[in-house]
Amino acid sequence: MSPSVPLQEMIRAIRSARTQCEERGVIQRECAAIRAQFRQADNGGRSHNLAKLLYVHMLGYPAHFGQMECVRMIASPRYSEKRVGYLGAMMLLDEKQDASLLITNSIKNDLSHSNQYVQSLALCTLACMGSAEMCRDLAPEIDRLLRASNSYIKKKAALCAVHIVRKVHELGELFAPAARSLLAEKNHGVLHGAVVLITELCERNPETLERFRKTVPDLVQIMKGLVISGYSPEHDVAGVSDPFLQVRILRLLRILGRNNEAASDAMNDLLAQVATNTDSTKTVGNAVLYETVLTVLDIKSESGLRVLAVNILGRFLLNNDRNIRYIAMTSLQRIVGTDHNAVQRHRGTIVDCLKDQDASVKRRALELSLALVSATNIRSMMKELLLFLSSCPLELRSQAASGIFNAAERYAPSQRWHIDTILHVLTTAGGDVRDETVPNLIQLITNTSELHCYTVHKLYRALLSDISQQSLVQVACWCIGEYGDLLLRGECQETEPVQVTEDDVLDALETVLQSHMSAPATRGFALTATMKLSTRITDNVDRIRSIVSIYGSCIDVELQQRAVEYNALFKKYDHMRAAVLERMPVIEKNSPGHTNGESTREAVKEVQPAKVKQAETLLPQQPANQVCDLLDLLGGSEEPLQSNPAVGSTVPVLPISTSSTAGGDLLDLLGGLEPTPLTPAPTVTVYEKSGVTLTLSREKQSDSGLTVTLTASNSTDSDISSFTLQAAVPKVNLKMRIRISYTSQGSAFQDTVQVDSFPEH
Amino acid sequence: MMRFLLLFSRQGKLRLQKWFTPIPEREKKKIIRDMTTMVLARQPRSCNFLHWKDLKIIYKRYASLYFCLAIENQENELLALEVIHRYVELLDKYFGNVCELDIIFNFEKAYFILDEFLLGGEIQETSKQIVNRCIESSDMLQEYYCEGETDFPGTWRKYHGGVYEQTCILTCGLKGIEITAGEEYRSRMYCI
Repeated sequence: MSPSVPLQEMIRAIRSARTQCEERGVIQRECAAIRAQFRQADNGGRSHNLAKLLYVHMLGYPAHFGQMECVRMIASPRYSEKRVGYLGAMMLLDEKQDASLLITNSIKNDLSHSNQYVQSLALCTLACMGSAEMCRDLAPEIDRLLRASNSYIKKKAALCAVHIVRKVHELGELFAPAARSLLAEKNHGVLHGAVVLITELCERNPETLERFRKTVPDLVQIMKGLVISGYSPEHDVAGVSDPFLQVRILRLLRILGRNNEAASDAMNDLLAQVATNTDSTKTVGNAVLYETVLTVLDIKSESGLRVLAVNILGRFLLNNDRNIRYIAMTSLQRIVGTDHNAVQRHRGTIVDCLKDQDASVKRRALELSLALVSATNIRSMMKELLLFLSSCPLELRSQAASGIFNAAERYAPSQRWHIDTILHVLTTAGGDVRDETVPNLIQLITNTSELHCYTVHKLYRALLSDISQQSLVQVACWCIGEYGDLLLRGECQETEPVQVTEDDVLDALETVLQSHMSAPATRGFALTATMKLSTRITDNVDRIRSIVSIYGSCIDVELQQRAVEYNALFKKYDHMRAAVLERMPVIEKNSPGHTNGESTREAVKEVQPAKVKQAETLLPQQPANQVCDLLDLLGGSEEPLQSNPAVGSTVPVLPISTSSTAGGDLLDLLGGLEPTPLTPAPTVTVYEKSGVTLTLSREKQSDSGLTVTLTASNSTDSDISSFTLQAAVPKVNLKMRIRISYTSQGSAFQDTVQVDSFPEH
Repeated sequence: MMRFLLLFSRQGKLRLQKWFTPIPEREKKKIIRDMTTMVLARQPRSCNFLHWKDLKIIYKRYASLYFCLAIENQENELLALEVIHRYVELLDKYFGNVCELDIIFNFEKAYFILDEFLLGGEIQETSKQIVNRCIESSDMLQEYYCEGETDFPGTWRKYHGGVYEQTCILTCGLKGIEITAGEEYRSRMYCI
């Protein structure tokens, strides 16, 4: 058994070990010696041994065999041993270990020890690792110490009480009276502990919070003393008197003043004073100012004070210290919802912070900038955001891209701008955008028919320069497939004309098909686009045919399937090819929150009545909506239906349930589906006059309701406007009275018709 | 409330760990690994604040040591920087121009100082002088304890005056107190 060495010798030996293996050897030897020493009877070197063990533990080696030794040393009468024993307990034991229960008695005894340093050891250990049982056991003792001891012990007892309250919430009531009286102490340590305790009690229990509101004047008084009083060397930190206590009091005031006018009024003057008098050249002053600003913004402060607070944050934004800029932006983020205009004033500085070197500052600036985008500043903000996107760190890219998309969707000043912005994002950060971007963009493009030419030209150019960004390539392929004829036509009002031959286009698509950079989905897009072009170009159909047949033996199953099907289309169904590959109908927009400047109403080119019937047949399958449908028939039809003048003589279809949300969703869900032809239900014409025809058809009847489709059509040469239809049904007997009114060729018409019988199924 | 305080070197070696909530040993090791990786990866002049899970991490580098403090979300980050700085000042006052070796060879003293400054995740004492005096008194209590005393230093030993010096085997030059052999003397304890 090697002799045990003093602590420092062992540390030196461990540090001089050159390899991990050597270090492990030294430590194993030492641990063996320590274990042997522990087994021996009481000797003078016990505290050294335990200290050695604690060092070994800090290096990461197991030290659980020291737990019982800690318990024994805590019970020792010697201060040196107690000290290390308690330290060991705090490091090796936690409340989950069984051994920790054994020290409860020692702690209890030491709490009433005659020497304050022994008491302090017990208090420290209790506050560090006291379990719930220990806390319950010793709470009365702590309460006693809170009331009658010297300030050294009182401040520790206060923080012990905080720990107890955190562990066992019900004991909060026990400490409330003592906490109240501690506020009268002069000692800063005790005051600080008291404020922390009161804060904890108020946060846990609203009734306690009410009771402690009465202390606001006392707290204000204490703060005033700190702020106005002269230099106090003991607590001064760079010109601020006891900043730790000031910040804690401000936090407590925040909790007490929240949602309470009277309390907020009482602290208004003080907050203004702190805000103006605190020296902001050093971090410590700024810490106090920061807490003050947080308090002002959280309580019901008067507007002048709020303006002062936001101005302080504005000053922080211009500070050279990065930390200060960071927390300024964090705070502004919190209030951007409520004090939006005040924050907007500092938009310039915030946008400048996007160019900061530090990643944390950049992140905050990005979040705040996105929150500040509005309809008025969208163009300038987007310029800055796109600039940021091109140079931002990788971890922020997807957040920036999705933020830009959201902002563009909400505030786009024009369709063209919207499309340009999305294209710009796809070219810079195409790899980091969400998957829905491609279908969303396609939807957007189909909806802006006047920009098809411009869009396809732009996308074609983008495709020529770079085919690595998958989302961009997919959209480009889709557009070239759809609008290839516009591309080949050459002229386009929005951009300079460029001559594109059919071969160029097919070359571009083939490059995408063959490139190793293209993802399988992208190649699928390219193949389909090539196929679609076969109906839009005239000369190179053979080339397309050969491309398609090559891919009939492609390894990728998806591509192979497509190629084989297209091949079949060429060979056996050539007469159907034109119909299959014609322009797609406009895809209906599903996503909410779309407030695009221009029309969101889809240009309804061709709505087959069967499609609407499909919608109606599904409604009755929701039993809960049975009766609602009928009522909605009445409710929905009371809304004026405006015929779309741009679309000439189309059939304005009456949506059955415009107000019912469930039914409405169903309609939207079906918007994208292919309408399956249904056998038309029996219809009856209920009104026919001056070219306006109303027909009713009965769909399905179930136990509690009936679904009826009403179709109105205009067979005159001119448009009909302000078409209004009202229908009423009695509770029994199936009858209906319909009143219609409309304007045609300048004159208004109104008529009422009664329907007594419905067509049988 | 503060959740934990870690001190580690530029190479990632842990010099001090203080946990203010009960955490299993395995998780402590994981947290230490995460912290050292995160903090050591930071650029020299970056912001001192990080986000990690639901906590704010405040770190500051002093010479070869990184001080890493984790606070809850409602705490004041700038004040946390001041807390770290105050602790460094206390160590500096105690050890006299503190360096990493002081903390390595006298780690238990570093813990004792910390336990006089912070308690249960909160600041315990806001005055530097009081903390220093308490540490010195506790040290004297430890040093001066004599075998055979049955009642714990209730009888106070008065100081006679003399030279303060100690031949000690420590290499960090800690100033201590010499017990003049044979002479009975008393020392006065600080009473706060």
